[in-house]
Amino acid sequence: MANIELNEIAHSYLSKPEDEADYALKRIHTVWEDGGAYALLGPSGCGKTTLLNVISGLLTPSQGRVLYNGKDVTALSPEKRNIAQVFQFPVLYDTMTVSDNLAFPLRNRGVPKNDITRRVDEVAEILDLTSFLKKKAAGLTADAKQKVSLGRGLVRSDVAAILFDEPLTVIDPHLKWRLRRSLKQIHEQLKLTLIYVTHDQMEALTFAEKVVVMYDGDIVQIGTPQELFEYPEHRFVGYFIGSPGMNFLECAVDGDMARVDAMGIKADGIKLDSPTAALARQATGKLELGIRPMYLQLSAEPVKHGVEAQIKLVEDQGSCKIVSLSLAGKTVRARLPEGKPVPGGKVWLVFPQQKIRLFDDGRLINKTY
Amino acid sequence: MGLRLQNIDKIVGRETHLKNISLEFEPGSRNIILGRTLAGKTSLLRIMAGLDRPTIGKLHIDDRDVTGISVRKRSIAMVYQQFINYPSLTVYKNIASPLKIAGLKRTEIDQRVRKTAAILHIDDLLDRLPTELSGGQQQRTAIARALVKEADLLLLDEPLVNLDFKLREELRIELQEIFSRRKAIVVYTTTEPAEALMIGGNIVVIDEGRILQTGPTSDVYQNPATIKVADVFSDPPMNYLKGVVTADAMRLGHGIDIPLYGHWSSLKVGQYQFGIRANHLFLTRTSEAEVKIRTTIELSEINGSETFIHVNYDNSMLVIQQNGVHAYRIGDPITLFVNPHYLMAYNEDGLLAASPSMKTATGTNVGNVGDNHGEH
Amino acid sequence: MDKWEDNKAWFLVLPVFVIVAFSAIIPLMTVVNYSLQDIWGPGQRVFVGAEWFKETLSDHRLHDALWRQFLFSGMVLLIEIPLGIMIALAMPKRGWGVSASLVTLALPLLIPWNVIGTIWIIFTRPDIGLFGAAINGLNITFDHTSSPLDAWITLMFMEVWHWTPLVALLAYSGLRAIPEAYFQAAKIDGASAWATFRYIQLPKMRGVLTIAILLRFMDSFLIYAEPFVLTGGGPGNSTTFLSIYLVKIAVGQFDLGPAAAFSLIYFVIILLFSWLFYQALQNVGKGEKNG
Repeated sequence: MANIELNEIAHSYLSKPEDEADYALKRIHTVWEDGGAYALLGPSGCGKTTLLNVISGLLTPSQGRVLYNGKDVTALSPEKRNIAQVFQFPVLYDTMTVSDNLAFPLRNRGVPKNDITRRVDEVAEILDLTSFLKKKAAGLTADAKQKVSLGRGLVRSDVAAILFDEPLTVIDPHLKWRLRRSLKQIHEQLKLTLIYVTHDQMEALTFAEKVVVMYDGDIVQIGTPQELFEYPEHRFVGYFIGSPGMNFLECAVDGDMARVDAMGIKADGIKLDSPTAALARQATGKLELGIRPMYLQLSAEPVKHGVEAQIKLVEDQGSCKIVSLSLAGKTVRARLPEGKPVPGGKVWLVFPQQKIRLFDDGRLINKTY
Repeated sequence: MGLRLQNIDKIVGRETHLKNISLEFEPGSRNIILGRTLAGKTSLLRIMAGLDRPTIGKLHIDDRDVTGISVRKRSIAMVYQQFINYPSLTVYKNIASPLKIAGLKRTEIDQRVRKTAAILHIDDLLDRLPTELSGGQQQRTAIARALVKEADLLLLDEPLVNLDFKLREELRIELQEIFSRRKAIVVYTTTEPAEALMIGGNIVVIDEGRILQTGPTSDVYQNPATIKVADVFSDPPMNYLKGVVTADAMRLGHGIDIPLYGHWSSLKVGQYQFGIRANHLFLTRTSEAEVKIRTTIELSEINGSETFIHVNYDNSMLVIQQNGVHAYRIGDPITLFVNPHYLMAYNEDGLLAASPSMKTATGTNVGNVGDNHGEH
Repeated sequence: MDKWEDNKAWFLVLPVFVIVAFSAIIPLMTVVNYSLQDIWGPGQRVFVGAEWFKETLSDHRLHDALWRQFLFSGMVLLIEIPLGIMIALAMPKRGWGVSASLVTLALPLLIPWNVIGTIWIIFTRPDIGLFGAAINGLNITFDHTSSPLDAWITLMFMEVWHWTPLVALLAYSGLRAIPEAYFQAAKIDGASAWATFRYIQLPKMRGVLTIAILLRFMDSFLIYAEPFVLTGGGPGNSTTFLSIYLVKIAVGQFDLGPAAAFSLIYFVIILLFSWLFYQALQNVGKGEKNG
């Protein structure tokens, strides 16, 4: 097991990159702790798979160094780095039995036979594969196959980290949570360093202690799921985490009031608490107010600090309703619990002060936790 | 145009893909076919399209039998799971292709292509080739090609399943708006309950090639007629508690006694499975009537806006849905509250015996998805 | 998946029926007809039953030709399949080298079969041939027109040179279809190059190798033009393969009855062996699927 340090990593797939846009990874500089469960989350094309390959050693970065426990491994191949990887699709040795598949990495390293048998049995036990051990790997279902791929990583007791590249893509939806649970339990039991790449926020947030959100070749935030949800440091995190994502309204601050551009002068605007308003007045770039749809309150009657809005669309999602509103010509989405009556037409929106986040050129300015 | 399927069976080799399917779709209606993987959704769609011929049964369009008529002679458009475009044609030519085949004038083609491309926000990509597009843009192109025909029947076979999570969310909202402006019959298949609810309209729940329930989507969600429907139409999965109903009370799990009132006062004495949705289990007491269950946490999942807590109670898994993002540790003790008001009772045959909104229940086995509940 | 339009579609298939009838069914029936009769002039024929078959089956020269044929086909498979795989493994995976090696490999496949024989006659001639003269220059006597061993060596060389590229191309296409993740996984598992080949590349190539083996077996079993041009079946009968012997009987001796019976037996042998190979290779796969 190892802690992993990424030192000023940048990578371009071009041989002569000219400007920033040519880099798949722009500047990655971070340390990941030994025994942590990390998720790399981002949309396709954000560089998360590139970063994973840099960590595993399948790719040598154009610039920067990779350190495992302080030791420079930048030039080492994956097998020398002693990592394991689980791929998007189950990668198995079709002609072998499950047991031979699990034993394969150990045999290649010349581990004594008794130890191999013991490790294979242990891992099969953890993954619930004991009854499949004698079967040919090719005949298994997709989730069992993926467990075997995972098992080949776990079987090596000395592995520095296990890397996962969207491993649940081919798993049937109603089986996914079981594998997620297996993964979490394995992490609790074995305290391995795990790195999990995905575009699916559910998988990242469920799996990881720390989620690394990537956007356009950069890490925009590393935080716990709660931190990402409550205090997105970048507007992209606010948008990407949560469904629907955070609402953003471009605004100007006047005293303690945030005024959304097109709002009439007479309108009260959105009331901020004084420290937040003070921070906002110092902002130099484009100022945006962000709020999670679940924190917006709707009222059919005018209320104090309520802002007038028009209901455009109500979507019933079963356990909640998503209400799209028009606020001074901009769309805002609110999420109401099931059973709560939705007023029609004109409503007053209340923005709870402690849930308002302000962004200056996309960066969070009122980080108060 | 109205579409009617009459007693359709589809048997391939020895496997029955569809059994006794009778459905009716009214002009302008929006319809969901909900079912798990391999439930027969695609088979059904292919028969509606005329790509496959049913083994038994008839297909009528406006009372005209079209069972044997080629797909080319019907007015249909279809969008597939995979992003299917002509690889050597630009986005513009891809979208224009069905109109060209129909022999429209060039000026009209141009006008319609540009209009449709604008609706799907790909109007600035018209000169690109499909390989130069992202997955989301490719699927937008495929959808535009289906929409531009203005066919009477628009079939979408899990169109969003291969897209990134966030893209799926965006397109789902856009599709809703697009559908509401169409006169065509829209039939949309999905495995995801949330998607079904968002598209709204009418729903057909199928499993193993058979129709389980039909009706307006929200009604079916409120009153799943069988345990199987409840399972298919719930994500996170529906929770079940075993229970016994006696003359004046019911007992849940291990000795939780609740007096009979409300919607279960009509329940007959006997054994039941009580279903309750994950969002109706609470971690704090919200009403006096709630019963308390103490257990330990097996897993907590976070989907971005909600936290799902899996616990084990009485040898069955329960899932609690909580708004917002919260951290829980596996193995920690937890107390949850069950509000009996939300319970749905299923009898020993797995049929719905009582639910909070039973009076509006319309679940039938052989469906009539007739009425057009075009909300919004 | 049934598709239907109307029954007009069957008319489109009609030309194929006609072609198949004239190219396969009618000639085959003619051969069956000949094999059961003794014909010694127009309108003069006698039904002889299985006599020609009996005669053919007890013909020693035919037995010799058959064993020779098996030896030849066996050697072809044993050399060409591993060699083709090796070439495929050595081929570049990306860059300009890919098209260069593909074109180079494809060249022998583009040359007409009888021209190949002629090329090799000249190439191996002891007096002026590049190869023949060079070998003889080393004081090794090499002459495929007089030594049966030399004739075989030349034939094998020619055959391997001509057809290994096909196996290599098929194997290469199979190799290219293996997702990169398998190789990455093998690297991470610490698999040796041999283990990677044995447990990933070879199993994943099974489909294309089945086709390669079937094609090479059938083709080599039917070989005619090249040995006919190169050796004419000699020296002696040392390179008289089944097809050459068949032509000798049919065209040289004009024994149409025995030749027809011979043809049918020949046909059945090829069918049988192709089926056996196919079954064997399918079973390897089945074991994996049902475990």
